[in-house]
Amino acid sequence: MGMSVVIAENVYKSYLVGEISVEALKGLNFTIEPASFVSFIGPSGSGKTTLLNLIGCLDRPNSGNLTVVGTNVSNLSRRQAASFRGEHIGFIFQDFNLIPILTVYENIEYPLLMVKNTPSAERRKRVYDLLEAVGMSEQKDKYPDQISGGQKQRVAIARALVANPKIVLADEPTANLDHHTAYMIINVMKKMKDKLGTSFIFSTHDPKIVGEVETIYTLEDGKLSNG
Amino acid sequence: MFDLFKIAVRNLIRYKRRTFLTASLIAIGVIFVLVFISVSGSFKNLIIGQVTDSMLGHMQIHRKGYVASLDSLPLTMNLKPKAVEKVENVLKPMPEIECYSKRIKFGGMFSNFVETTNIRLNGVWPEKEFKTVPLLQSRIVKGDKGIKKGEILIPELIEKGMKVKIGDSVVIIATNQDGSVNGKQFRVAGVLESATGPGGRDGYIHIEDARDILRMEEMEISEIALRLRDFSKLHQIYASLQSSLSSQRNSKGKPVFEVHTWEKLSPFYNISRMIDLMTFFIKLMLIAIVLVSIMNVMIMAVYERIREIGTIAAIGTMPEKILSMFIIEGFFLGIFGTVCGIVLGTVSVYVINIMKVSFDFGRNTGLILSPSIKVWDILVISAIVIVVSIIASFQPAFKASRMEPIEALRHV
Repeated sequence: MGMSVVIAENVYKSYLVGEISVEALKGLNFTIEPASFVSFIGPSGSGKTTLLNLIGCLDRPNSGNLTVVGTNVSNLSRRQAASFRGEHIGFIFQDFNLIPILTVYENIEYPLLMVKNTPSAERRKRVYDLLEAVGMSEQKDKYPDQISGGQKQRVAIARALVANPKIVLADEPTANLDHHTAYMIINVMKKMKDKLGTSFIFSTHDPKIVGEVETIYTLEDGKLSNG
Repeated sequence: MFDLFKIAVRNLIRYKRRTFLTASLIAIGVIFVLVFISVSGSFKNLIIGQVTDSMLGHMQIHRKGYVASLDSLPLTMNLKPKAVEKVENVLKPMPEIECYSKRIKFGGMFSNFVETTNIRLNGVWPEKEFKTVPLLQSRIVKGDKGIKKGEILIPELIEKGMKVKIGDSVVIIATNQDGSVNGKQFRVAGVLESATGPGGRDGYIHIEDARDILRMEEMEISEIALRLRDFSKLHQIYASLQSSLSSQRNSKGKPVFEVHTWEKLSPFYNISRMIDLMTFFIKLMLIAIVLVSIMNVMIMAVYERIREIGTIAAIGTMPEKILSMFIIEGFFLGIFGTVCGIVLGTVSVYVINIMKVSFDFGRNTGLILSPSIKVWDILVISAIVIVVSIIASFQPAFKASRMEPIEALRHV
């Protein structure tokens, strides 16, 4: 096992709701190893999304150290954070968040084209490989509004993986899917983890898919109960 | 870059109705400006042509101070033969000058042996005058299309007021610069239609007759009217003549000559400037239309796509790329509206030409507008719309690029 992809040391995060300060994360300590399949579970408001936002450099902790892929991300600037995300992190969203004006192929290609400026031939190979891997080759020319929710999430997985990130973050990736489709999506993610060695970190409160996860961290009231 | 263009175009197609409405608004603005510029330009050129080709010429050269006292047509301010020779020595080697006409201008009394009235007269060399002001012959509505010695072309007003006919004998009485009065009999050879502007109601006689009446010992000249080969070089040639003639000084070291373009000699120049001013304000209106419509549509676009902006920002798209995406979108919207406007504007101008719209100006009736669109105007209007489109898109685009992805992703 190599260097941990995420190291959290006494991470605190609070934010204001109106005039009230809410402590979302209260001194978290944990590590996540490469090529792991980790889920943070817990009830709504337990801090799962806040934690994923911190790991994904979309937000910054108030205190503590958060090291992601060997970089302390606690104090990255806007531009540094954007660059870091493009380089090391893939995102899968609950609502899929595909770009409606781009085809399935173009949605997957987007990070290589607009973020990493990958050469055309390499881009093409990478997109076709991932289309194949997530079983969406047939639908490559369709637009997001022409495919089902499960297919959209497969496209989102392919898009998250196309730039070869070390970590893929997925916030409630199966929340908008039926159980069968959710199970399939989890399996696609696991398969991709095994194939590419990417760490998948996701949040869920769906007990039915928790069984598919290798490591589970339970968050309650901003603290890890089994960290 | 091509991919940014592709995304921008697709986003415009995505909101077809809004894109169509905004582009239509821009197109209407462009059509309006193009039609206005071409019609007003045609009107302006037509009237300038009437003014310069009927009587003024493109430029005139006088003795210094003559124009300031033009109303009294002072004979004491005529150019002496030596001065005329100096001017001609400057004019003759200039290939830009097509021809020039020397004139003696004076005021006199016109008598038909029953009644008498006052008249302003131009003594000219007919051939040179007709070359310098080519529309003069077309203004001769009755009688001979020329001026021979002993003949006079009289203005329509005098023909009607004095009940004079072609072939009648009339007498012109004038006071020369010494104060003595002289008269000469003329045959009415033709009647001149009035034209708008100074000199539009003058009569014409042969220059030798003018010299006789005024008892000039040597040929003195009141003014030299010039016609240029290329009217668009007016100011350039004016500057060149001005510098050549300003070096001519009298014994007191003061300039001998003055050069004026038609602009200083005709009141129509003020109307022409007003047309230019109106064109400027019409262009300002176009800027306002483009600015407001594009900014409005781009603000809407950013607001509606906040989650998309959050997604692409989360994926790692750099702020400047997000900025470019929206600016390019506004840029294309501007181009689309401009192209539609230019095509439809050109068609509108073509239709106006086919319709042969006529108008009257002063006593000139049935003037036909022939508007045309200059490539330069198209380039200027396109540049205005495109630059304003980019400026209008900048604020919404900047806002999009500065959005925090975490907040944008939360947007419902």
